[in-house]
Amino acid sequence: MHTKRSTPWLYLGPALAALTFFLIYPSINTIYLSFLDRSSERFVGASNYVYVFANRTMLTALRNNTLWVLIFTPLTVFLGLILAVILDRVEYETTIKFIIFMPMAISFVGASVIWKFVYAYRPPLAPQIGFLNAFCGILRLSPVPWLIRKPWINNFCLIAVGVWVWTGFCMVILSATYKGLPRQLLEAARIDGANEWKIFWKIIFPLMMPTITVLITTQVIGVLKVFDIVYVMTNGNFGTEVIANRMYKEMFNFRNFGRASTIAVVLLLLILPMMLVNLWRFRREGVR
Amino acid sequence: MGEEGLTRALSRTLLHIVIILVALIWIFPSLGLLVTSIRFPHDVASTGWWMIFKNPFNSTQYTLENYITVITRCGIGRAFLNSFIITIPATVLPILIASFAAYAFAWMRFPGRQSLFVILVALLVVPLQMTLIPILRVFNRLGLSGTFPGIWLAHTGYGLPLAIYLLHNSVAGLPSELFDSAEVDGASSSYIFFRLVLPLCIPAIASLAIFQFLWVWNDLLVALVYLGGTPDVAPVTVQVSSLVGSYGQMWELLTAAVFISIIPPLILFFSLQRYFVRGILAGSIKG
Repeated sequence: MHTKRSTPWLYLGPALAALTFFLIYPSINTIYLSFLDRSSERFVGASNYVYVFANRTMLTALRNNTLWVLIFTPLTVFLGLILAVILDRVEYETTIKFIIFMPMAISFVGASVIWKFVYAYRPPLAPQIGFLNAFCGILRLSPVPWLIRKPWINNFCLIAVGVWVWTGFCMVILSATYKGLPRQLLEAARIDGANEWKIFWKIIFPLMMPTITVLITTQVIGVLKVFDIVYVMTNGNFGTEVIANRMYKEMFNFRNFGRASTIAVVLLLLILPMMLVNLWRFRREGVR
Repeated sequence: MGEEGLTRALSRTLLHIVIILVALIWIFPSLGLLVTSIRFPHDVASTGWWMIFKNPFNSTQYTLENYITVITRCGIGRAFLNSFIITIPATVLPILIASFAAYAFAWMRFPGRQSLFVILVALLVVPLQMTLIPILRVFNRLGLSGTFPGIWLAHTGYGLPLAIYLLHNSVAGLPSELFDSAEVDGASSSYIFFRLVLPLCIPAIASLAIFQFLWVWNDLLVALVYLGGTPDVAPVTVQVSSLVGSYGQMWELLTAAVFISIIPPLILFFSLQRYFVRGILAGSIKG
C-alpha cells in the first residue's frame, strides 16, 4: 500500500499512548514499588515477598484461590459440557440455554446479593427466609450459617455463586463445538452397539478437548482474579480471603502500597503461565 | 412396547427431569430477587418469598414502595444515572481508538508491526491489579480521581487490548480487492477507514460494544479504586455493595436495588441476544 510513512503512526498513536500509560508504564512501576516500603520511600528488598508468603491471611488467600481454581474451573467446564450434550437431545433446548446463560448479564455484585439472600441465616426457631435454610428445615436439619462456617462450607458457598454465573458461558461455547462434531461418527458408533456413556468418553470428550483446554485457561485466569463476589458477600472474613480482595485491603484499608504491589505481582506471576499458553496459541495461528 | 422401548422411554423421562431440575435451580435465586423486591417489608422479614405461591394472584401482597424508597432515599436513582454517564463514553471511546489501531495493524506496513502485536496479545491478560496503584497516584496528582473523565480514560486503557485484538481480526478479514480498488480510485486512508472499514465491521463493533458496555456497567473494582465511595459519582454496583453493608438485613430494599441495576444488561440480553452471546464469547479472553 502506498501510504505515507507517518500514516500508520497517526492511526496507532492514540492506542499506543493509552496502552503505554494505562498498562505498560503502571505494570513496570508496580514491579518496582513491590520492592519499596509502605509509602514507596525506602528500598526494602524482598521483605514484602517474604510477608506475602508468610502472613497467615495471605496464606489463607492463596489456599482459597487454589480452592477456587480446583473447584470452580472443573465444575463450570464439566457442567457446561454435560448440559451442552444433553440439551442437544431435547426440543426446548433454546429456552433452557437462555435460562442458564442469563446470569452472565448480571453483575457479580448483583449475583452476590441474590445468593446472599439464598444463604440467609437466622437462629433456630426463627422463621428462615433464606431458601437454603428453609429447605434444611423441611429436612428437619438445624439451620446452617452458610457464609460463616469455616473453612469449607463458606468457601464452597462463594464458589457456587461463581459456578452459577459462569456455567452458562462454558455451556454455550461447548455446545457450539458439540454441534460441529461429525454426526456420522457418533451414529456409526451407536450402530456398532457402543452405549452413550462410552460414546461420550471415547469419542465426544477427546474431540472436544481443544475447546475444553481453551476454556480451562480462560476460567483459571478469571478465577485467580476473583474479587467482587468475596468483597460483597464476606469481605474475606471467616477464612474466605482471596488474593485480589487482600490487595484491595492492603491498598485502601492498611495503606501499605509496597505489600499491595507485591500481591499484584504475585497475581501476575500466577497468571503468567496462562498468558504463555495464549501467546503460543497466537503464534501458531499467526497475525494473518 | 418391548423391554428396550420401555428403558428408552424411562431414560428419556429421566433426561427431562434432570434438565428441568437444573433449569429450576438456575432460575430460582433470580425469581426470589424479583418477588422479594415487590413484597412488603414485614412480609419479607417474617416469611420466605416462596410463600406467595400459596396465593400468587392476590395482588394486595405486592407493592412498588421498595423501588421508590431505593431510588429516592438510598441513592440508587443517582447511581443508575452515574452508571450511564460512566458506561457510554467508556464504551464509545475505546472502540473508536481501537478501530483506528486495528485498521493500521491489519492493512498498513510499518516497522515493528509484528512485535507490537505480540505485546498487545500479552497485554490482554495483564491483571488490572498491576496498574491500580501507579495510575491512582497519577490521577490524584492530576485531580482525575473521583471524576468521570478519570474513569472514562481508565476503562478506555483497560478495554483497548481486547478491542484492538478483536477488531483486527475482522478488519483483516475484509477482502484485499476492496482496498486495492479504493486505492486505484485515489481514495485516501481516512476515506477508506470511515467509508469502507467502519461500515463493513458493524457486526463486530456491535458485539464488542455490548461486551464493553456490560464489562463497564458491571464493574466494581475499577469504580471503587478510581471513584471511591463518593455518592455524586458512584455507579450502581458501588452503591449496591455499600447498601449491603448498611442495609444488610433489609432484603426488600437490597433486592429492589439489585433489580434496578440489572435492568439495562437484561434489556440488552433479551433484545440483542445474538450479538450479546457473540460479544461475551469474544470477550472471554480479556484479562
